[in-house]
Amino acid sequence: MKLKSIALAAAMSALAIGAHAEGLKVGMITTLSGGGAGLGIDVRDGFMLAMKQSGRDDIEVVIEDDQRKPDIAVQLADKMIQSEKVDVLTGIIWSNLAMAVVPAATAQNKFYLSPNAGPSALAGKRCHKNYFNVAWQNDNLHEAAGAYAKGAGYKNTFILAPNYPAGKDALTGYKRMYGGDLAGETYTKLGQTDYAAEIAQIRASGADSVFFFLPGGMGIAFLKQYADSGVDLPVVGPAFSFDQGILQAVGEAALGVINTSQWNKDIDNAANSAFVDSFQAEYGRLPSLYASQGFDTANLLISAAGKADVKDQDAFRAALEAAEFDSVRGDFAFGPNHHPVQNIYVREVIKEGDVYTNKIVGTALENHADAYAGDCKM
Amino acid sequence: MPTYLIVEQLLNGLQFGVMLFLSAAGLTLIFGVMGLINLAHGSLYMIGAFAAAAVAGATGSFVMALAASLAAAAAAGALVEILVIRRLYDRDHLDQVLATFALILIFSEGTRWMFGSFPLFLDVPSYLSGPVTLPGGIQYPLYRLTIIGIGLAIAAGLFLLIARTRIGIRIRAGEADREMIAALGVDISKLYTLVFALGAALAGLSGALVGAIQSVQVGMGEPVLILAFVVIVIGGIGSIKGALVGSLLVGLTDTFGRILLPVAFGTFMEPSAANSVGAALASMSIYLLMAVVLIVRPTGLYGRA
Amino acid sequence: MRRETFVNIAALAALFVLPVWANATGETYWVTLTTKVVILAIAGVGLNLALGLGGLVSFGHAAFFGVGGYVMGILASHLQDYVPLLTWPFLFEGSNQMPVIWLVALVFGALTALSIGLLSLRTSGVYFIMITLAFGQMLFYFAISWPAYGGEDGLSIYVRNEFPGLNTLVPIEFYGLCLTVLVAVLFLVWRISLSSFGLALGAARQNAERLQAVGIEPFRIRLTAFVISGAITALAGAMYADLNRFVSPNMFSWQTSGEIMVFVILGGVGRLFGPVLGAALFILMEHILGGMSEFWHIYLGFVLLGVVLFARGGLMGLLAGREVSHD
Repeated sequence: MKLKSIALAAAMSALAIGAHAEGLKVGMITTLSGGGAGLGIDVRDGFMLAMKQSGRDDIEVVIEDDQRKPDIAVQLADKMIQSEKVDVLTGIIWSNLAMAVVPAATAQNKFYLSPNAGPSALAGKRCHKNYFNVAWQNDNLHEAAGAYAKGAGYKNTFILAPNYPAGKDALTGYKRMYGGDLAGETYTKLGQTDYAAEIAQIRASGADSVFFFLPGGMGIAFLKQYADSGVDLPVVGPAFSFDQGILQAVGEAALGVINTSQWNKDIDNAANSAFVDSFQAEYGRLPSLYASQGFDTANLLISAAGKADVKDQDAFRAALEAAEFDSVRGDFAFGPNHHPVQNIYVREVIKEGDVYTNKIVGTALENHADAYAGDCKM
Repeated sequence: MPTYLIVEQLLNGLQFGVMLFLSAAGLTLIFGVMGLINLAHGSLYMIGAFAAAAVAGATGSFVMALAASLAAAAAAGALVEILVIRRLYDRDHLDQVLATFALILIFSEGTRWMFGSFPLFLDVPSYLSGPVTLPGGIQYPLYRLTIIGIGLAIAAGLFLLIARTRIGIRIRAGEADREMIAALGVDISKLYTLVFALGAALAGLSGALVGAIQSVQVGMGEPVLILAFVVIVIGGIGSIKGALVGSLLVGLTDTFGRILLPVAFGTFMEPSAANSVGAALASMSIYLLMAVVLIVRPTGLYGRA
Repeated sequence: MRRETFVNIAALAALFVLPVWANATGETYWVTLTTKVVILAIAGVGLNLALGLGGLVSFGHAAFFGVGGYVMGILASHLQDYVPLLTWPFLFEGSNQMPVIWLVALVFGALTALSIGLLSLRTSGVYFIMITLAFGQMLFYFAISWPAYGGEDGLSIYVRNEFPGLNTLVPIEFYGLCLTVLVAVLFLVWRISLSSFGLALGAARQNAERLQAVGIEPFRIRLTAFVISGAITALAGAMYADLNRFVSPNMFSWQTSGEIMVFVILGGVGRLFGPVLGAALFILMEHILGGMSEFWHIYLGFVLLGVVLFARGGLMGLLAGREVSHD
């Protein structure tokens, strides 16, 4: 009897010490192999840079590769939750993977911080108190492009995007802020790499401008072919086709193109210039949009971990909501649906020495929130 | 739809088809001579594009880049043939599928390991960039016209090679009766390596040519591989002529499907939905074409039963 | 006892014991991982019937896998969103009952296989490989661009569907259910392989003319096998969707077809337990190599290559020797 109670006391004190010393465990599920790995690697590198700079060794990060496959992402989330017993999940790049993982993770009382994807469902009807988006709602950059087009006086735009949900959201987002006529609206095949037929349609349509959302290799192909076609209408797009990682592959064809982004390396604040310098020093390349989002996500997490224990979910959530960290974007706040309220800038592609990059030429939308916040009942 | 637009789209379909032919020709040749189904053909296409991008970046010369794409893809093809493919000729298609599936994994991730995860830069040379004005006032990119020219020239060259040269005779003999030509003292393993390298070089060249107007990235070969398979199945496996006809059919079907289907649906649906449904059907159009051809002619247009 | 029988019993025993042990020691994730093995093995067993027994090299089984997945997704999402699936001729609100979903998946898998089989079985050899691939691609693009059920985003089902008398949310209970289905499917395929139909199917693979000479039409035999094979794979698709509580067009992709084929070849073509061993080895490699390097596909590639070149007959061939010829 006595022995048993001693053992019990020892176990309990071990438990208490454990709870005290136990830090925060983060599971990062991101795309590290196959096509699209560049985005995941940037998010990871930005995130880990912030971790390293914080010097907090009580935050453990487990990283897994989802291969850009939703079923693998779901299984990794199961593993992170069941086996690694993480407190916070993050890292997913693609909306379809986020839709597969996030609802299940938040339903199991895990926090999820999105460093990239922001599908409309998660901002609206299916929002959750433990889900925070640190990047943007998917429509945001397209809305900014529409606002820019309206401000620039475009009256007759030709718009195109791949035929999948994010593509449809993109065109919807653009139309929401644009207000003018459409010279044409075309959905292309996902993964399509030859746009000769669409460019011929643009030429014949009498448009005064072009808006496109074609992420990754699709955008590279479109821009090169567009530049080569002799059609010289102004082009507007979201930052995804003009980020640091792929801009070098587009080359001269991108020069002067207007794109919209919530971040650029020339945003003037101390956090940003320190980030750009230290990222270059650490990895030997310029940071991309995705790296900045990974960096911000980590800093948000670190700021919350400094204020509350993750086991106290309400306190931790309040600390996340406060968003008291130095964002590389400058001002950053969460709206009521845990999505950012932020400025979205207009950038132009320029050449600095041998490197293609962007500079900010204006602000498309100030303190912009998303269109779905009203549907969110937390 | 105005006539000039139709002509321009015809050219686009033609150019797409010719490009496909370069990939499909190698594939059909390899199947015809060795009876091998090679899923890794798309990887050779990718190797050509990456070699071209690397050399263009180092030397600035597009001609050198094309030469590099031919050399690198041919070398990779020969190497793979000697190390792996050679052991698969007398196996069933199933083993060939699995082994070449494994080669895709090795090539794709190997390339990513060497060149990183970001797309590479490869551009049209300045002397081929920009549009030219064709008779009738149609503006068309010079580079795409060049691709059509190169593709048709290579098609002609291949026909001549097979019809008129010693190697061509051996290739035809090899297609007809493998044991026989070995018995006649032709070094069959050298012939096989040569044919495989030739097919690989064509794929590599097309990867480089297309890479200049598309995106040089890991995984660029697989969509092309699937298209090339559709082409050779429509044309009849093993037939160069079939590959040419199949390529052009696929190129034109895909191009016109993309333009006409949304218009067709637009006559009775509201525009946004018509675009979406039309695009959905357009992305299935070439597979429908293939299914129809195979139902009418189960061995393709020019295939032998 | 034949060595193969011994290997089969050992594999089955491992499937019974290991997850229970993992569950008892708190390693719940290994239960989930083994569930994945079991479900993918069912898909492989389905393909193996067409491929191993019937010699029909289908590169499009992802079509059936995806159809099964979407049957689950569509039935469950209608119930979840309170939008009736059918109001005419009778009211059907969708379903979250696995037996109902499985039945519908079997029926739709069989119907899909019937229509694809009717067209593609007219061809043979490489043409058959390619036309099945093309049908798979067709469904893939259809699923991506069809907006009603999520397109590329897929469909999330927030709670795993129910099975009478079980709590499917508990990993080990769901695992037990899946294992039962696997055993039932294995038993069915084993009975088929011994039946006169199975013998005719084997004969159709080895010598179609001889079969015709005795008055059996090989086309019908093959079509029947293809339909059963498609239905089993669709069942696996529905279960896989329930494992992930999610479906997406990815289930239709040609890589999925390739992977199901890899399970079969890795384990041993035409061997009853081949797909089970193959799926287990593949998932294990994915799990272990994936943790080692972000370039793990290279190693996977070399392992697959090694199996084809040096271990003909797959894992079962290594463990139990090459199959005795049936001729």
